[in-house]
Amino acid sequence: MAVSLVDGDAVADVIESHSSTPGALLPILHEVQDALGYIPRDAAVRIADALNLSRAEVHGVITFYHYFRSEPPARHVVQVCRAEACQSVGADALISHVRERLGCAKQAHSADGRFSVEPVYCLGLCASGPALTIDEHLHARMTQEKFERLASRLEEQS
Amino acid sequence: MKEVTVYVPKDSAALAVGADEVAAALQVQCATRGLPLNVVRNGSRGLLWLEPLVEVATPGGRVAYGPVTPDDVPGLLDAGFLEGAPHALRQGAVESIPYLASQERLTFARMGVNDPLSISDYEALDGFAGLRRAATLDASAIIEEVTNSGLRGRGGAAFPTGIKWKTVRLAEGPQKYVVCNADEGDSGTFSDRMTMEGDPFVLIEGMAITALAVGATEGYIYVRSEYPHAIASMNEAIARAEAAGFLGDNVAGSGEAFRLSVRKAAGAYVCGEETAMLESIEGKRGIVRSKPPLPALQGLFGQPTAINNVITFASVPIILSRGAQFYRDYGVGRSRGTLPLQLAGNIKYGGLIEKAFGVTLRQLIYEYGGGTRSGRPVKAVQVGGPLGAYVPESQWDVPLDYEAYAAMGAAVGHGGIVVHDDTADLSKLARYAMEYCAIESCGKCTPCRIGSTRGVEVIDRITAGGGAVSSQSEQVELLRSLCDTMLNGSLCALGAMIPYPVLSALNHYPEDFRIVEPAHPPVAS
Ligand SMILES: Cc1cc2nc3c(=O)[nH]c(=O)nc-3n(C[C@H](O)[C@H](O)[C@H](O)COP(=O)(O)O)c2cc1C
Ligand code: SF4
Ligand code: FES
Repeated sequence: MAVSLVDGDAVADVIESHSSTPGALLPILHEVQDALGYIPRDAAVRIADALNLSRAEVHGVITFYHYFRSEPPARHVVQVCRAEACQSVGADALISHVRERLGCAKQAHSADGRFSVEPVYCLGLCASGPALTIDEHLHARMTQEKFERLASRLEEQS
Repeated sequence: MKEVTVYVPKDSAALAVGADEVAAALQVQCATRGLPLNVVRNGSRGLLWLEPLVEVATPGGRVAYGPVTPDDVPGLLDAGFLEGAPHALRQGAVESIPYLASQERLTFARMGVNDPLSISDYEALDGFAGLRRAATLDASAIIEEVTNSGLRGRGGAAFPTGIKWKTVRLAEGPQKYVVCNADEGDSGTFSDRMTMEGDPFVLIEGMAITALAVGATEGYIYVRSEYPHAIASMNEAIARAEAAGFLGDNVAGSGEAFRLSVRKAAGAYVCGEETAMLESIEGKRGIVRSKPPLPALQGLFGQPTAINNVITFASVPIILSRGAQFYRDYGVGRSRGTLPLQLAGNIKYGGLIEKAFGVTLRQLIYEYGGGTRSGRPVKAVQVGGPLGAYVPESQWDVPLDYEAYAAMGAAVGHGGIVVHDDTADLSKLARYAMEYCAIESCGKCTPCRIGSTRGVEVIDRITAGGGAVSSQSEQVELLRSLCDTMLNGSLCALGAMIPYPVLSALNHYPEDFRIVEPAHPPVAS
């Protein structure tokens, strides 16, 4: 996917603002992803050139970290914690339910591209599990009934 | 009518159960009723089953109500909760709630009391007293104080903090760094998060004292990306501390400079390992470095670096302000001071419990936790995160202390306690541990990278059963020898400690692996 002119400027601005940051690669990747939702291939190439790194190095960093995306995310991203503390209060059943409910049972994205469901390993809400995030908003002590209300609200939004 | 101050926590654990909505409902309801209201967004007291825990300042002290939903607000106001009146959700004077009153809160002394970002509130509760004293001492005196306190690293490895600092102090280098490990990836832990959100200045103060002690002028706080509220809180607190002269060119009048910035991690558990974290801050993949060299000698950008966990740093101010002896009077054996324990998982009253070392799991699970949330019997308790052992009931009376836990093949780690009820299948949890190791391995050593995937397969073969007894016992032997290889052949604790949960599950809960006893005991060879 090509970076539009506007996005290209945004990437250049981010790179420029970190010209004196030591070890600037992660901060730059974060800001690009914050602005664009993911790190397009063109942006990665420009970052590599600006930081004097090989394209392979930048690609290696992007793929090493679970947080960085090389593809645009779905309109709504639901991340369900599946670490031990949440497992002890039903996270496995919850994640299956969430996937089913949002049409993501067989693939990460729903067919209409509106939703994606991803596992996450601990949100620091381990005494109040099961926990999940919807578009980065935290929700704890989740139940299928509570999720139903949140899901209907999401569907109304888009 | 006089304005009433009401506290509504803004800790993530409160936000996740609707604290913002409760605060908004209070504002709206009070406005329509013409009741003057001052809402303070405090940190959490750590009584997490009661969140959102709303407190009202009354002439007789702060009275708590919880867990409050937005729908409860009109009823609470009708009942007169602004005067501390009775209501079904009333929990009484907050500081007399036994869960809180019986704790030994040193590191968490200020947690949940005030607006976490108010420097004047922080100073009113002894904040910056430790740094002010440190600014008048020479570096070796600061290090001596910390050494004498007996403080050991709270991130997992329990290394004596004073000794580490001394190494950095004595190392040669044009630039030294202080780095805070706030990657807190262990399931069942949230004390770092609570500190950064609920008392960020204590971390800044601890790091500034460290900087004076080791001679560092630059510092980083590496915070996991799953903690956006902690990142925002730390950034704001750093700006305020700098404006007030506790960071910057002249730290608390010491004449020394120290600048601090936040680095956002990117979702790799292994970056909690200190050298992988350094690689990450330098802008690389989080691959673990071989030691030596020690990071204390050649750490960030090759320079001497003091790395500690959030709670380690946050324990330093009180050691400096009250003295080493005050701190070391808490605890048992070689585990001195207090540990903020985190009671999580299937537990009725989950939360943050700061106690002196020596408390037992049984006390924590039953006296504090009230047993499981499901009401079923407790079956297994994992202590110390995903690399920690499953501790069976026979060991719940062992006093919590680094040496006692090590002696029974377990680890205190970062103090996370995850409770499972009798529906838990320990073979599934062991399989998960191996699977998690495979997902999170940095890939540098074969036993960890490949062994973890093999481990999943072997556990699957064991639990599938069906085959001959002899082939099942062969698979069990294979799993043990695999764990042995990982234990001995891994560079860092991810590969080397994943055998802890796996073997403890296998040893203490063999029935969950559907182990078929041989009809005749195997003949010893
Ligand atoms: C896989 C792995 C993950 C770790 N994660 C953390 C972490 O999230 N936070 C932390 O403070 N220490 C973590 N550690 C321990 C650090 O390597 C290091 O011992 C610690 O940050 C030192 O600080 P302390 O002496 O104050 O404990 C981890 C270690 C390993 C092997
Ligand atoms: S044990 Fe695993 S995580 Fe640790 S260095 Fe080796 S491969 Fe990397
Ligand atoms: S284990 Fe799910 S939030 Fe920590």
